[in-house]
Amino acid sequence: MTADQIIFLLCAALILGSALMTVTTRKLIHAALWLVAALFGVAILFAILQAGFLAVVQVVVYIGAIAILFIFAVMLTRRVVLDKGQQTRSNWWIPALLGLLILGGLVFLILGQPDFGRTAVEMPTGVDTLRNLGTALVSPDAFVLPFEVASILLLAALVGAVYIATGNKE
Amino acid sequence: MSTPLSWYLILAAALFSIGLFGVLSRKNAIAILLGVELMLNAVNINLVAFWRYLDPAKMTGQVFAIIVFAVAAAEVAVGLALIISVYRSRKTVVADEIDLMKW
Repeated sequence: MTADQIIFLLCAALILGSALMTVTTRKLIHAALWLVAALFGVAILFAILQAGFLAVVQVVVYIGAIAILFIFAVMLTRRVVLDKGQQTRSNWWIPALLGLLILGGLVFLILGQPDFGRTAVEMPTGVDTLRNLGTALVSPDAFVLPFEVASILLLAALVGAVYIATGNKE
Repeated sequence: MSTPLSWYLILAAALFSIGLFGVLSRKNAIAILLGVELMLNAVNINLVAFWRYLDPAKMTGQVFAIIVFAVAAAEVAVGLALIISVYRSRKTVVADEIDLMKW
């Protein structure tokens, strides 16, 4: 057991524990805060994987924007489902069974692939991943098309969200 | 980096299953969106792990992780706008009671 693996296991425990609390806790505002903890664990994982830019983006976009949006939505719609009472469906065991089945199937498939037992390749020296990422996003022979499609999607979502959330139109 | 790739994949699979459970079992529409966020994060862990373990010189995994970020942001913005709009007209966020379009 090397230090790498111990850090990974601690991080995985943080992510999975927070995720379980997110889906099971009664109070919705607590669920949103547990989601923040899980997202932070994923950011640590990105840092371990040497994707520093993605770790920063995870904190800024997910925790800074999306989680705060969730908390606002919870506050705006608070009084309906009072935090008391049943938060899950009565037949919650069917989704639990389905999740366990899917988890079991995926773990079976992953462990069946001998190639997935590999450890990471050496990071090539002299490679600036951040520069490569920036170039890849706008280079015509790389990913400029998905990048533009994503920007159009964001624009459409912005316009749509403003249109839907604005109240009386007339 | 002596952690095997399969550990990351199993962690992502577990996170995805937890998110799926949240989406299917919760009554509150906002809690359903929280589950969707967990599932999207599981996908991102997979993308970045494959990028690091297979070919760190090519940026495919990271680029698509960024696109997943954008899609998640768009999904949350529109989803929460819909929920707030429904709440304003029907005073509920319980997914079962939002049956406006039920035949």
